[in-house]
Amino acid sequence: MEKLILRRVDRNYEEMVLNFGPQHPSTHGVINFIVETDGEVMKRAIPDVGYLHRSIEKIGEATGYPGFMPFTDRIDYVAAMFANEGYAIAVEKLLKVEVPPRAQWLRAISCELVRIASHLIAVGTMTMDIGAFTPMVHGLREREEINDFIEALCGARLTYNYHRIGGVAFDLPEGWRDKVLAFLDRFDKFLPEFDRLITFNEIYKKRLAKVAVVSREQAISYGLVGPNLRGSGVDWDLRRDMPYGAYPNFEFEVPVGKGWAGAVGDCFDRYYVRCLEMKESSRIVRQALETIGQTPEEIMAKVPRNVKPDAGEVLSRVESARGEMAYYVVSDGTNKAYRVRARTGSFTAMSIIEDISGGLMVADLVALISSLDVVAPEIDR
Amino acid sequence: MTTTEIHDRLKARFGEDVGPLSEPKIDAFAVVKRERIVEICRFLAKEPGLELDFLEDLTALDWPKNNQIEVVYHLLSYRHRHSIVLKVQLDRAAPSIATVEGVWKTANWFEREVYDLFGVTFEGHPDLRRIMLPDDWIGHPLRKDYQETGGYHGFSNVRENPLVELKRLDDVRRAEAANAAGGVDGPAKA
Repeated sequence: MEKLILRRVDRNYEEMVLNFGPQHPSTHGVINFIVETDGEVMKRAIPDVGYLHRSIEKIGEATGYPGFMPFTDRIDYVAAMFANEGYAIAVEKLLKVEVPPRAQWLRAISCELVRIASHLIAVGTMTMDIGAFTPMVHGLREREEINDFIEALCGARLTYNYHRIGGVAFDLPEGWRDKVLAFLDRFDKFLPEFDRLITFNEIYKKRLAKVAVVSREQAISYGLVGPNLRGSGVDWDLRRDMPYGAYPNFEFEVPVGKGWAGAVGDCFDRYYVRCLEMKESSRIVRQALETIGQTPEEIMAKVPRNVKPDAGEVLSRVESARGEMAYYVVSDGTNKAYRVRARTGSFTAMSIIEDISGGLMVADLVALISSLDVVAPEIDR
Repeated sequence: MTTTEIHDRLKARFGEDVGPLSEPKIDAFAVVKRERIVEICRFLAKEPGLELDFLEDLTALDWPKNNQIEVVYHLLSYRHRHSIVLKVQLDRAAPSIATVEGVWKTANWFEREVYDLFGVTFEGHPDLRRIMLPDDWIGHPLRKDYQETGGYHGFSNVRENPLVELKRLDDVRRAEAANAAGGVDGPAKA
């Protein structure tokens, strides 16, 4: 009997190392976490990434400038429109090309619709990871409609290849504007419904409150961007603070984490910032659609068929659904880029996990990952 | 503050160790001395009025012609909305530089990526391992002269043209059909 008790005591000091992933429904793609646990509490979780590395940056050196555009879709397939836009802006800066105003408005419209779709996936899968299945289905239902609109606009539902160097590929299809406006009317009512369904559900709120708090200083030091940064209380949005494209024409708020459930920068703040952002995106699309001209105009700038920018380098930034997405493009004067570099939000978001996972419950790791809204191909590129 | 003003502040503090601002071929950059990179970065991140608190990007460029690898730092300030680009030129044969992980935590992973894909060593880095590729990978793929080694642990990275395989299957099927036809025809004729 004595021996048995001793063995039990010994067991308490046993540390278990687990592989969480690479194939796991809650890792949102092929990511592995090496979790050091003592019972239910983690000592730390070490992210092990790279499973989806396709060397897209190297491909960018081999294709010509326009030929790389479809590859940008594959960097972040949940919100591919921003990856298109960032690369297009970078090459336009290198070429010193002005994008026609109508094309800029079409870019803003398409991007904001995709932001809504991407955030619906983010908040939907997050509720599912926490254990509520229904809200995800509701979110996906709305997203399907947006996919239909985008398909009508550019023919693709996921990898759009819609933005081109110098403009966009297609103008608005007939009747599209009214259909989207009607959808937005419904969608604006859907958001409070979604909030009633899950956001303000007491159990859900308590499940996320004060979990995995990222302080303002940590968020900046770890290079968090977008909703993750704003969730930690940093009031920064490239669309407002370093505006590009058509964004200076629109009125919108930038939601910032306020500690709605208890602490600024906890999982709930990151979640709710996304909910509020969907409302603002809907506002932007509505403003853009109500003011955009009804007659087709020029949507492509004059770009030479053989894109051959002068030697130089440029960094373009866009506010993607996952935060700042930056393309660093270096030209050596030939028709192929010397270096294409994509800086993505998911990569830096992953790097913070090792630091803040210490002391969390294993179940909270799932909440943390989904609250950061990481997309595996965007980490690995 | 404009980039030129930030550069002037830097120049005033570090003198000759900060190179001139490049001709603004779209985005300008300043080449700084390798030995002082941590000092310079800490100065830029902490100095009142500059406060470039966000390391936007850290990457590298390979220039085999000059026998150089350049490490590129993109810095941005949330408070002042200004930015600057720094570059450090390293010897391509044995590139190494001090880590700036102590200034911005995000440098940890960025430097691991540069180490993995360019083979730059970051001295003092707490966890310098490959990040994208397996630990036993040979070579650094984003270098311009990288050659694929022809597979990894028996997995080939070359794939036969699928049309060749399809044609082979087609031929097999045709031969089988011909045989079957011969088999049926044979007894009937007899």
